[in-house]
Amino acid sequence: MMQDKITNVLIVGVGGQGTLLTSRIIAQVAVQMGYDVKVSEIHGMAQRGGSVVSQVRYGTKIYSPIIKKGDADIILGFEKIETARWLDYLKPDGMVIINNERVNPLPVMSGKAKYPDNIHEKIAAILPQTVIVNATEIATDIGNVKAANVALVGLLSAAVGIPAEEVEKAITDIVPRKALEVNLQAFREGRNRYRMAG
Amino acid sequence: MKQLMIGNEAIARGAFEAGATVATAYPGTPSTEIVTNFADFEGVYAQWAPNEKVAMEVGAGASIGGARTLVAMKHVGINVAADPLYTFAYTGVNGGMVIISADDPGMHSSQNEQDNRGYGRFAKLLVIEPSDSQEALDFTRQAFDLSEQFDTPVMLRITTRLAHSQTMVEKGEPQTPVLKEYKKNAPKYVMLPGYARGRHVEVEKHFEALREYVETSPLNRIEWGDRKIGIITSGIPYQYVKEVMGDISVLKLGIVNPLPRKMIEEFAAGVERLIIVEELEPVIEEQVRSWGIKVEGKERFTLLGEYSPEYLEQQLKGAVPPVGFGLEKEIPARPPLLCAGCPHRGVFHTLRRMKLKVAGDIGCYTLGALSPLEGMDTCICMGASIGTAMGLEKARGEEFAAKTVAVIGDSTFVHSGITPLIDVVYNQGTSTVMILDNDTTAMTGHQDHPATGVNIRKQPTNKLDIEALVRAIGVKNVRVVDPLKLDELETALKEELARREPSVIIAKRPCVLLEKVVVTNPIMVDPELCTGCKSCIRVGCTGISFNDEEKKAEINAGCIACGLCEQVCTFDAIKPVEV
Ligand SMILES: Cc1ncc(C[n+]2csc(CCOP(=O)(O)OP(=O)(O)O)c2C)c(N)n1
Repeated sequence: MMQDKITNVLIVGVGGQGTLLTSRIIAQVAVQMGYDVKVSEIHGMAQRGGSVVSQVRYGTKIYSPIIKKGDADIILGFEKIETARWLDYLKPDGMVIINNERVNPLPVMSGKAKYPDNIHEKIAAILPQTVIVNATEIATDIGNVKAANVALVGLLSAAVGIPAEEVEKAITDIVPRKALEVNLQAFREGRNRYRMAG
Repeated sequence: MKQLMIGNEAIARGAFEAGATVATAYPGTPSTEIVTNFADFEGVYAQWAPNEKVAMEVGAGASIGGARTLVAMKHVGINVAADPLYTFAYTGVNGGMVIISADDPGMHSSQNEQDNRGYGRFAKLLVIEPSDSQEALDFTRQAFDLSEQFDTPVMLRITTRLAHSQTMVEKGEPQTPVLKEYKKNAPKYVMLPGYARGRHVEVEKHFEALREYVETSPLNRIEWGDRKIGIITSGIPYQYVKEVMGDISVLKLGIVNPLPRKMIEEFAAGVERLIIVEELEPVIEEQVRSWGIKVEGKERFTLLGEYSPEYLEQQLKGAVPPVGFGLEKEIPARPPLLCAGCPHRGVFHTLRRMKLKVAGDIGCYTLGALSPLEGMDTCICMGASIGTAMGLEKARGEEFAAKTVAVIGDSTFVHSGITPLIDVVYNQGTSTVMILDNDTTAMTGHQDHPATGVNIRKQPTNKLDIEALVRAIGVKNVRVVDPLKLDELETALKEELARREPSVIIAKRPCVLLEKVVVTNPIMVDPELCTGCKSCIRVGCTGISFNDEEKKAEINAGCIACGLCEQVCTFDAIKPVEV
């Protein structure tokens, strides 16, 4: 099932939200499926609560490790304003998955700036292919808040059309044993939510 | 089986496969993971050096001792190591040596974006530049052979984008390490003028041989395509060129110093337009121009920052930037910040309150320069704080010094803060120096250093006693305070600033990220007592926020009950949660 097409996935959020594990799983699945894969992540100052971005690209042959502005097929946003911040990287007909989570940046906490109202709805109004989900809620229902990022893997993998078995294999490889069951459940529920939204 | 690796891991693997047995480094983004990965291999020695100069010197010794040696640092680290580097280029190697210079175009986490290919030209080093992780592995491996073949340390120059991008790698079979024979050879390794003159002749000879080698090296290659445009490029920009330019002709340089002149002349003659795509300085371009070849370069491309595929598309094909969706205007910035409970916060809160001038330094605490703490006047490079405070004093007098402190982290103090403190004592300055001892190198991801008493493999080792060291230097006034006890801190500062003698205040409390914090004494804001004055908000902590509707502060889930805001609140509104 190799396609010539290149898939560009942008995963954005706030330092500490677990975006790295998500990009690792997606990249691992693409490797398993025999694609050429490149992943770009910038560490450093961003870790100190700044905005973080992972870029995952896969296809038959990948050159640039970073995605061109306006060329992402899909943006997975772990946080609402971070999704909006990176939105210009999306293709005009691209898809957005937004985790309905708000993490106030310092200027908002200190009352110097306003957190924009209903930013996720504004995105949905511009982009018909928007899915809004509450991954924290999914994970809490299953019994471990920390599995929220793997729930998002569920939605993302369904959106880019990679088979569930491949992802489950990668999750089994990457996630520690004792957290595996919860994570697989979170993943499946994420997949489900995507189907329901679609 | 191919697997994904970041560039840094691939470099460590390449060094291991080449039979390197010694690796030495000082941490610095984006180079840090090279030696941490190398330390995971069996049968090799890896270490954190106190600074890059020491790393370079230990590397020189290991190479002279016959081992293949890896030395890694970020670009500005090469400045610190430049003295031994330039002269080690004269002595040459015994066991091969590869020096990694991890440059940071775009300054993702650096104080400047210097282009270290320049070092290669000045020190006459062979400089190799990979374009992905596979090349990072293969080129590192080959670099060791070339180092021995041409009797020169080799610089492998990478950038942040290569260091931290994962691409597919096929590992190779490691070769068995060979410890070359050690022979005393003073004319080669003792750089007295008389011997050094002889070595300079050798350097020029080797470099001539290298000029020939690079013409046929497999690391340089021409990819002929459509000949209307030919692009000379290297490193990560090569990938961007391939991404956006389709089937044009490309001369891909894997070696950026020396340049293959004949190959470039042949390429230039074979294309209608010759363009050079290189981030930062026109290092390739100026040399090519000097040979009388017509090229397009920096008149088209910026000297600033990191390039991207869309930037190249715009500059090379006149592509119009995508219009976007216009939402970014309403998005508040998300600056990096000190963690909730960070001990540095107490320091900068106090420095601001006391309206002191602060000669700062580099580390997490540099974030104390940003809003809302805004507690720093200068920050230049690692170790600069103490010398800067001394210079301020010598320019403006002791009155000024009585309102000035130098602030420096523990890792940075060990790195390059000791000699300037000696200067203060020797030249009778009166500086007050604060050493922020959080028991780690936090900024770069929590590496150990000599004063943590733990080595790179997390084994216990001798622990540098900073307090005893400072006393031995001749500082008579030394005290240790808890940076989250504000009264204690303020008293210490007042007393030490009043003295017409050098003082050191060691603000000691471990980084909050070192151990998982379990909050046993949660706190709350009593809405009855909170007046909404925001003085707690001005400490800039993510554990407390302002509720705009209620006009009151509130504690949130990020709080670890460090007690700072409690001490700041003058209305006693912040207090333990009653159970
Ligand atoms: C010459 C040089 N080497 C390395 C670095 C990368 N770097 C920046 S700050 C720092 C050390 C920070 O540790 P410390 O002083 O203990 O402060 P902390 O971050 O723990 O607060 C390092 C290694 C640099 N900027 N310059």
